[in-house]
Amino acid sequence: MSKWYRENAPISASGLMDELMRLKRGSVTRRHFLGVTGLGLAAAVLARQPGLFNSTAYAADLGSTMSLATWPNYHDPATFENFTAATGVAVEVNVFGSNEEMLAKLQAGGTGWDLFVPTNYTISTYAKLGLIDPIDLAQVPNFDPKSQNIRFTAEGTVDGTVYALPKNWGTTGIAFNSDKIKAPVTSWKDFFDVAMGEADGRAMVHDYQLTTIGNALVSLGYSFNSVQPEELAKAEELLIKVKPHLYAINSDYQPSMRATDAWLTMCWTNDGAQLNRDMPEIKFVLGKDGGEIWSDFYAIPKSAANKPAGYALLNFLMDPANAVKEHIANGAPTTDSRVLALLPAEVTSNKIVYPDEASLTPLEFGAAVTLTDPARAELMARFKAA
Amino acid sequence: MPLTMTAKRNLVTTSLLAPAVLWLFIFLVLPFIAMLVFSFGERAPAGGYQPALTLAQYANLPARAAAFWNTLLLAPAGALLCLLVAYPAAYYLAVKANPRYRLLLVSLIVVPFWTSLLVRTYAWMYILGSRGLPHLLDLIGISDVRLLNTPGAVLLGIVYGYLPLMIMPIYVSLEKLDRRLLEASADLGAKPVSTFLGVTLPLSLPGVMTGVALVTILLLGEYLIPQLLGGGKVFFIGNALVDLFLQSRNWPFGSAIAVTLVVIVVIVLTIAMRIAWKVSGSRQVDLV
Repeated sequence: MSKWYRENAPISASGLMDELMRLKRGSVTRRHFLGVTGLGLAAAVLARQPGLFNSTAYAADLGSTMSLATWPNYHDPATFENFTAATGVAVEVNVFGSNEEMLAKLQAGGTGWDLFVPTNYTISTYAKLGLIDPIDLAQVPNFDPKSQNIRFTAEGTVDGTVYALPKNWGTTGIAFNSDKIKAPVTSWKDFFDVAMGEADGRAMVHDYQLTTIGNALVSLGYSFNSVQPEELAKAEELLIKVKPHLYAINSDYQPSMRATDAWLTMCWTNDGAQLNRDMPEIKFVLGKDGGEIWSDFYAIPKSAANKPAGYALLNFLMDPANAVKEHIANGAPTTDSRVLALLPAEVTSNKIVYPDEASLTPLEFGAAVTLTDPARAELMARFKAA
Repeated sequence: MPLTMTAKRNLVTTSLLAPAVLWLFIFLVLPFIAMLVFSFGERAPAGGYQPALTLAQYANLPARAAAFWNTLLLAPAGALLCLLVAYPAAYYLAVKANPRYRLLLVSLIVVPFWTSLLVRTYAWMYILGSRGLPHLLDLIGISDVRLLNTPGAVLLGIVYGYLPLMIMPIYVSLEKLDRRLLEASADLGAKPVSTFLGVTLPLSLPGVMTGVALVTILLLGEYLIPQLLGGGKVFFIGNALVDLFLQSRNWPFGSAIAVTLVVIVVIVLTIAMRIAWKVSGSRQVDLV
C-alpha cells in the first residue's frame, strides 16, 4: 500500500483502535495519533468555525450537559443535535404544560435548568421575585434588538432591564378535525357547545389555568384575564358542566389529535400549524369572540448551574440561520425581521402562522395578575378535582 | 467502670442501628414535621408558604372531597380486582405449576416490573387509544368504542401495574403450604373444594392481607395512572397533591391533604395488621 493512499483515506475503525492502543502503550506520540487518525485536523477545523466557539477559553467552560425547560412540540430536535455537534454540550429538554408549573419548580429551587421558555405575562413576576437573571447582552451577539417587533417583545424588558429575549409569538385558538365535526367552530362559545354536543367525549382543554379559564371567560363574554369573583364563578360553572363531556385535560394534545382519539382542542399556533401540515383535515381557527395572543421568551434562572452553556445555546438560537430552521419545524411566527426575511413564502403566507390583522384584534395578551391570582389557581384545581 | 457484656452488646447494636435511624429521621420524620408545620400556614401571595397558625387548610379539605372519595373508593376496588386476578395466578404458580418451570413463570411476572411503570403505562395508552384495540374492534364491525381516558382504563391500568405486588406475597404464603395437610384433608374425606376453603385459603390469608395492604397503600398515593389513562379527569388524592404543589403553588393546603393522607394510611395499615395478626394468630400457623 502506497503512502499517499494511506494519508488520504478515512481511517477504519480497526485502524483507529490500533493507533489508540499504540498511543496508550506510548509507542507513538499524541501528535502522531491525532495526525494519522484525522482527529487533529477535525479539531482544528471545528475550532476555526466562526460562531461555534467564541473563544477557546469560553469553549472549555461550557461543560458537557445543560438543561432546557420548554413546551411540548416546540423545537426542531435537529437544533439541539447541531448545538451539541458545535459545542460538545448535550441539551436535556424538560417539557411543561403551564407557566404555573414552571414557576412552582423555580420557587421550590434546584430546577437544574440553564435556560427556559416563559411566556410574556410571567416575566415581570419572575423579575420581581428575583428568580431570573438580567440578560447580559454582550454574551448574545446574535441578538439584534433593532430587528425585533416591539409589539411582541416589550414584556421581556422590566423597568428598563432586559430579562428575557424573544423566542416567537403566537395565538391560542381552536383545532378541530373537520372529518369528524361538521358544525362550524368559529368562537369559544362554539367550542364549549360542540364539546358538549357533537364532540362529546372527544374534546380537550389545556391543563393550564390561563387558557382554560381564560377561554371559558371569553365564551361567556368576559375578558380573557378576568379575576372578578362573579365572572370566575360563572366560568367555573361552565367548566364543571363541560367536564363530564371532555376527553382529557392535558396540554400535550397532539398525540390524541393525531390518533383521532380527540377531535377538538384548545390549541397553540405552532401545534395548529404542525397538525394542519400533517393532517389537513385538522383546522385551526381563532375565536372571533376573543382569546389569547402571546409571545414566548428565553430567560436564565438565577439558580442555573451552567450559565455559560445557557448563554451559548441562547446565542445559538438567536442566530437567524438556526432560528429559521426552528420556525419552519415548529410553525410559530417569528418576532425577528431577519428571520422573517429568510422564511420561505409558504410559511409566511400560511394563515395559521401569520393570520390577518383583523382576526388578531379581539385577542388579549395574558395579564401578569393571572399568574399569581389565588382564585384562578384554586378554580383550576377545583375544576380538575370535581 | 468496665462495661458488662450486655452493655457492650447494646452499644454495638445501637451504633450499628444508628445510621438507619438517622436515615429514617432525616428522610422520613423531618419532612413529615415540615409538612405538618406547612399545613398550619398560609399560601404566600405569589404562591408557596408563609408562616401562620391557622386551621383554615384543614377546614378547606371538603373542597377536595371528590379526590378523597375517588381514592378511598378506587384504591380498595383496585386492590380487590388485583386480588381476584392474582389469587388464581399465585395458586397456579405455587401449587399446580410444574416445579421445573416455576422459576421461569415467576420471572415472567417479575421481569416486566423492572421496566418503568411510566413506559408500561404509555404502552397501555397506545393499546387503548384509537389506533390500538378500538381499531381492531372496528375491523370486526364494532365501531366508535372509546377505551382510553375512562374510569375503566384507570382500573385496568391499576390492576396491570400492581398485579406483581399482589401475586408475590400470596405465592410465598402458598408455596410454604405443607402438602401433608392437603393429603390429610383428602384422607379424612374432604372434597377438593372443602380442602381449599378449609385449609389452603385460611393458610394463605396472611399473604392475601399483605398483598391487599401493600397495594391499597400504594394506590392511595397513585397519580400517574389516573393522569395518563384517565386523561387527568379521574382525580386521585395524588393528583390533587401534584396540582396543589406544581400548579396552584398552595403548599399549606397541599400539606394538609398530605398529612390527612398519611393519617388515612396509618389507619388502613393498623386495621390490616390487626386482621392479619388475628387470622394467623387464631389459626396457630406455626408451620410458617
